[in-house]
Amino acid sequence: MSEMYFTKEHEWIKVEGAKGKVGISDHAAHELGDITFVELPKPGKSVKQFEVLAAIESVKAASDIYSPVSGKVLTVNTVMDTAPEIVNESAEEKGWMVELEISDAGELEKLMTKGQYDEYLKTL
Amino acid sequence: MNDNHYCPHTPEEISEMLSIIGISSVEELFAAIPGELRAKSFNLPPGISEFETFDRMKAIAGENKSDMLNFIGGGFYDHIIPAAVDHLSGRAEFYTAYTPYQPECSQGTLQALFEYQTAICRLTGLDVSNASLYDGGTACAEAAMMALRVTGRNRIIIDGCVNPFSRQVLKTYLFNLDVDIVEIPPLDGQLNRNALTEMLDDSVAAVLVQNPNFFGCIDEFTELAAQIHAKQALLIASVYPISLGILKSPGEMGVDIAVGDGQSLGNPLSFGGPSFGFIAARKTFIRNMPGRIIGETVDKQGRRGFVLTLQAREQHIKRQKATSNICSNQGLCALRGLIFLSSVGKSGLAEMAILNRDKAEYAKSQISGIPGVTVLQGIPTFNEFTVALPQSADLVVSALLKKNIAAGVPLGQYYEGSENFLVVTVTEKRTRKEIDCLVKSLEEALCN
Amino acid sequence: MQLIYEQSVSGRRGVKLPASDVPSAACLPKNLLRSEAAGLPELSELDLVRHFTRLSRRNFSVDTNFYPLGSCSMKYNAKVLENSAALFAPFHPMTALLPGGEEYCQGTLGMLYDLGQLLTDITGMDEVTTQPLAGAHGEMTGILLISAYHRARGKKKKYVVVPDSSHGTNPASAAIAGYEIITVPTAPYGDMDLDLFRQAMNDEVAAVMMTCPNTLGLFNPHIKEISDIAHSHDALMYYDGANLNAIMGKVKPGDVGFDVIHVNLHKTFGTPHGGGGPGSGPVGVKKALAPFLPQPRIVMDDEGKFVMESVKSGTIGRTANFFGNFGVMAKAYAYIIMLGREGLINVSEQAVLNANYIKERLRDYYELPYDKTCMHECVFSASRQLEHGVHAIDISKFLIDRGYHPPTVYFPMIVKEAIMIEPTETESKATMDAFIEVMIEAAKTAESNPQALHEAPLTMPVGRLDETKAAREQNVCCAG
Repeated sequence: MSEMYFTKEHEWIKVEGAKGKVGISDHAAHELGDITFVELPKPGKSVKQFEVLAAIESVKAASDIYSPVSGKVLTVNTVMDTAPEIVNESAEEKGWMVELEISDAGELEKLMTKGQYDEYLKTL
Repeated sequence: MNDNHYCPHTPEEISEMLSIIGISSVEELFAAIPGELRAKSFNLPPGISEFETFDRMKAIAGENKSDMLNFIGGGFYDHIIPAAVDHLSGRAEFYTAYTPYQPECSQGTLQALFEYQTAICRLTGLDVSNASLYDGGTACAEAAMMALRVTGRNRIIIDGCVNPFSRQVLKTYLFNLDVDIVEIPPLDGQLNRNALTEMLDDSVAAVLVQNPNFFGCIDEFTELAAQIHAKQALLIASVYPISLGILKSPGEMGVDIAVGDGQSLGNPLSFGGPSFGFIAARKTFIRNMPGRIIGETVDKQGRRGFVLTLQAREQHIKRQKATSNICSNQGLCALRGLIFLSSVGKSGLAEMAILNRDKAEYAKSQISGIPGVTVLQGIPTFNEFTVALPQSADLVVSALLKKNIAAGVPLGQYYEGSENFLVVTVTEKRTRKEIDCLVKSLEEALCN
Repeated sequence: MQLIYEQSVSGRRGVKLPASDVPSAACLPKNLLRSEAAGLPELSELDLVRHFTRLSRRNFSVDTNFYPLGSCSMKYNAKVLENSAALFAPFHPMTALLPGGEEYCQGTLGMLYDLGQLLTDITGMDEVTTQPLAGAHGEMTGILLISAYHRARGKKKKYVVVPDSSHGTNPASAAIAGYEIITVPTAPYGDMDLDLFRQAMNDEVAAVMMTCPNTLGLFNPHIKEISDIAHSHDALMYYDGANLNAIMGKVKPGDVGFDVIHVNLHKTFGTPHGGGGPGSGPVGVKKALAPFLPQPRIVMDDEGKFVMESVKSGTIGRTANFFGNFGVMAKAYAYIIMLGREGLINVSEQAVLNANYIKERLRDYYELPYDKTCMHECVFSASRQLEHGVHAIDISKFLIDRGYHPPTVYFPMIVKEAIMIEPTETESKATMDAFIEVMIEAAKTAESNPQALHEAPLTMPVGRLDETKAAREQNVCCAG
């Protein structure tokens, strides 16, 4: 059973052992509107927690995607290259962007659970 | 009497507006500005009528020499402009509109710019074009910055045969960045390929060349492009659009980004501006393009329409992370470029290019007959060529100016040790008689 | 409507070229030639004229429609300006750069020099370069000048500070010139938050970029204090001249602490906007920055002749190939001498009057997030309409159906559903009244029939366009 954690910047990470898939929340995808482009990092790239991992564009907005945890990019979801609309269709499933090798599982404690994130959204 | 009749309100209307606002004088509107911040002086002369204004402007224009016979280029060229260009670009629906932010009521500008982008793509043999840049020099700088973004590297190599003004603009744009700019001095009027090969390594983002180059020489960059691509660097070529009527296109040579000044396409000399810069590139680089881009789409009923697209690259959305700071570009000048290209058309542009070269070749042969003058031989040229004079080109040029002939651009100011060299430009507008006049005057100047 | 390429017929010609009067030259080697002619359109002059005339009729423009696009000063462009610029069409810029060439260009060089003098008086600066080709180009030139200034004093510096209400060009220009950006939020009173500004400032800040009045249309009464704080950190003050139309003759940016300014000749000085340029963005500086100005520089010699200044070692070089957008400057010069001192003061007064009039007339119908006397533009929010599901964009499209170019919407970004209205001084009360009525109708329709607003516009050649499709497919050039 995988666990999902969220950031205040609306990224999620789904942890499976030492690895985790990263994407943006349904809420964020809805706010951005029709996604037209996702700029993905190169596999092998190392990132620190809350540093820029990827970038996402819609028709009228552009925003950075921050890494929920520190780690190394293992793979990226190449579907993004041709069909970035998958983020709108399935932000928290098929619309994952990057798979990370998590370097410090302790960092997950700084993130929100699904329930906490839903509560957080109500405060916005 | 109102001091400014372009402000149409009558005193009664002003009082009515003030009373609706709830104040008694216009001055009260400025009450938020503290007294100590107010202008202490404002010394402009009093206003005049439009008739007096036009007379003043005529007098100013009259202080320039108007009948100068131009054999000068340097990036701006004296070409024909079909009458339709002025009339159509002079339609107020075009020139008094602004950036087409609201596509439904700006389809005229948007479609025209889409057609312009298409013309630039076809001319350069590349996949994508933006809706114009400021001028040829800034286009070189934008292309270099684009290459820095694409490659993530920090070194730009510039061929010294590129227009010296454009080279300077590029260096000025980049001087506060952590970028290494290397210039390769020309070798006999051409790119020093050996020097380039030695410099080309994995730190190089792009190499900038020009065709035809500042000396007028035509080059072929296919092999060079392959060599540069082998290092995962980009080749940027600055090109003269009229020459593309016949010359191999940047796309055919493997160039990654083509740029240039569009003045020669239907824009008057106008003492240096406005003209426009163009930029075209391979499709993979589209997100790194600077400036506005027009894209085709449809409305709900499936009708074709055009919009500003990929705006998420731009300053109004991405602010400091934008691919460029460009807001206003040179839209109307690009429109003139499109009308010009549509007017001369496919065969006309080729014909015009041939006419330019024929005239220049005629001038070249006549000038090379002047005793003591040599013309660089062996390297093909388009409508400009370099001649070596037996004395300082500066002196000869200033002597000919007195006879209303701008005989060419002396190279001494731009290249050390080139004091006797002169670049002569001959466009389709110069008649055989005018060329003969140049040759005769040159001969006389050199005899004295 | 067909594309011009779709009307092309092989062999047709729009213009006849002069016949050659010289012998044909030997052909160039084949490897230098293109394999086939570029696929340019081929059509008769009449068909060409009809095509572009039809296209022109698919535009709203100042000459055909009220165009209250905030931050752009879409004022009327006097026809005599067009005639004036045309006088200079034949002059080659290289002539002035030839040895002894200045003598033959005294008119054009003198006009550029004079324009600089007029702009120094209007802005309170000491020197002007006319080279920048647009507003944002002026910003970049100005920031490069600031960078050269700091470098000459042995400092590199790292940051440029901008308020969050600034034009996107400000942070973009500073970033392109090599600086990192510090953004300061706007306080509830509508100006940059002074406390947060103080906290943001440090000795690594090279410049603070401000628009004054700001993009909310408000004049910041603390501007002198802000510039004093900036100067205490050895940072320079940059004035974005986009909103200069509000304060001509009232305030000189140079007097209130600004060190560098660009002016948008196409906004403030009556030159047309060209469907997106050409603009012109001359930059004025205080004396301390003059040594760094771009080349070539025009100066007056002892005999009153206009000549090129010898190149100074500190110059940043060149930001454009020649002297700037001369044709645009000729129009602005004609505008300034025509209106004169009183005329320009009148421009600012009437522009501010008109904006406040519209603000008062619409305040009952639209939310005013910053309810103060505005300068030349007023910023509303469509937040009340949003309660009915109507966005600022819907109101825009409704206006289009009624023949009005919409105001600037969604800017400044700090106002939700922003509607930024800049009427300019050249509009009559009758025009504004009619516009106000339509804005009121839009507000009422938002309540009674929001769907009608969502469906607008219905009267244009195209309805709302699918921008997502355009961005995803990137069809930016006609195939063929």
